[in-house]
Amino acid sequence: MINAIRNLGVRGINALWRGGSMARFFMLILANSGMSFRRFRLTIREIYFAGVMSLVIIMVSGLFIGMVVGLQGFETLQHYGAEETMGVLVALSLVRELGPVVTALLFASRAGSAITAEIGLMKATEQLKAMDMMAIDPMARVVAPRFWAGAISMPVLAALFSSMGIFGGYLVATLLVGIDSGVFWSNLHAAVDFRYDVLNGFVKSVVFGVAISIIATFEGFDADPTAEGVARATTRTVVTSALTVLLLDLILTGFMLRGD
Amino acid sequence: MDRKTIDLWVGIFMLMGIAALLWLSLRVGNLGEDRPSSTYSVEAKFTNIGGLKAKAPVKSAGVLVGRVSDIKFDNDKFQAVVILTVDGRYSFPKDTSASILTSGLLGEVYIGLEPGADEKKLTNGDKVTLTQSAVVLERLIGQFMFGKAAEGDTTAAKK
Repeated sequence: MINAIRNLGVRGINALWRGGSMARFFMLILANSGMSFRRFRLTIREIYFAGVMSLVIIMVSGLFIGMVVGLQGFETLQHYGAEETMGVLVALSLVRELGPVVTALLFASRAGSAITAEIGLMKATEQLKAMDMMAIDPMARVVAPRFWAGAISMPVLAALFSSMGIFGGYLVATLLVGIDSGVFWSNLHAAVDFRYDVLNGFVKSVVFGVAISIIATFEGFDADPTAEGVARATTRTVVTSALTVLLLDLILTGFMLRGD
Repeated sequence: MDRKTIDLWVGIFMLMGIAALLWLSLRVGNLGEDRPSSTYSVEAKFTNIGGLKAKAPVKSAGVLVGRVSDIKFDNDKFQAVVILTVDGRYSFPKDTSASILTSGLLGEVYIGLEPGADEKKLTNGDKVTLTQSAVVLERLIGQFMFGKAAEGDTTAAKK
């Protein structure tokens, strides 16, 4: 009994300790970000691996999710004779929620895990130590560019995801269901507000991008320098990112929907 | 992968992202909606505004001519004070009447302006005196039921 409580205490302290070191790690990244902007080529290379390489999965999933939401929405809306508002349903659910969240989940598993594995393997093969010996700060040379690449790519990918999703909904509406395209767009235009919907969704995707990048780089940097350690760190990145994104989403939505 | 190809792809990636954001805010959102350059505000008092909200459209003959900018409560007369911001391109006679309408049975609530015949025009800060409150559906149904019941009484009495 006492042991169980003691175990819980150890877990709590460990979790708090990890959170604290993650926050310090974030501060360190910010302090060492100079080089990722002065030598922007480093960041560009990482944007290529984190962002451009994720384009296909993000755009295809966006298209399909938009189409599915359209079809499912139509199924229910036609009971009320409101199938013309299908576009509004698709656009609002994508721009406000699905776009940022699903993109973040995909991004964490597609790019976040890769970042963790890369940094973890660099640590396991002592490349980071070698850099340190050559008076190159691995924080500035390896970690910060990857962090910024993730933070920049994520909002771009989320915007593309939402756009593709709305396009998918449009395809379903006009080709499959037979809603007039003019009605579709005018309903969309009337219902989607720039500040309330588009900007809030953008803010969400920026926050998620920053969170995923911190977690991915931290787990990589913190990994045990063994094959098993890297594997565990990669798994932890995906799990922690997914949970953090969903929790942050709840908090952000609570703040954003307050008031009218 | 050679450096120039990476640069090119990242450039295309960023451009696509910016294009998607612009598209979301202009085409899907309402950022591109042309804001009238000059506006004037008029005030209208209603005994009941129903479900009217700030930013609701103001229409005349079905055309959007302005928006509701503010809704307040007048604690002296116990009435709702609605500030309408009307596009400066349109002017209305002084005896224009405002009524709170609903598009469709469940649609959005808006304010309809019915122009009068006065020679003078409404200007900034003017008050619209002829107003018609929102129709509250529950009250209407209540009145209908009450009327039906009363009708039933009279027919019963005749028998």
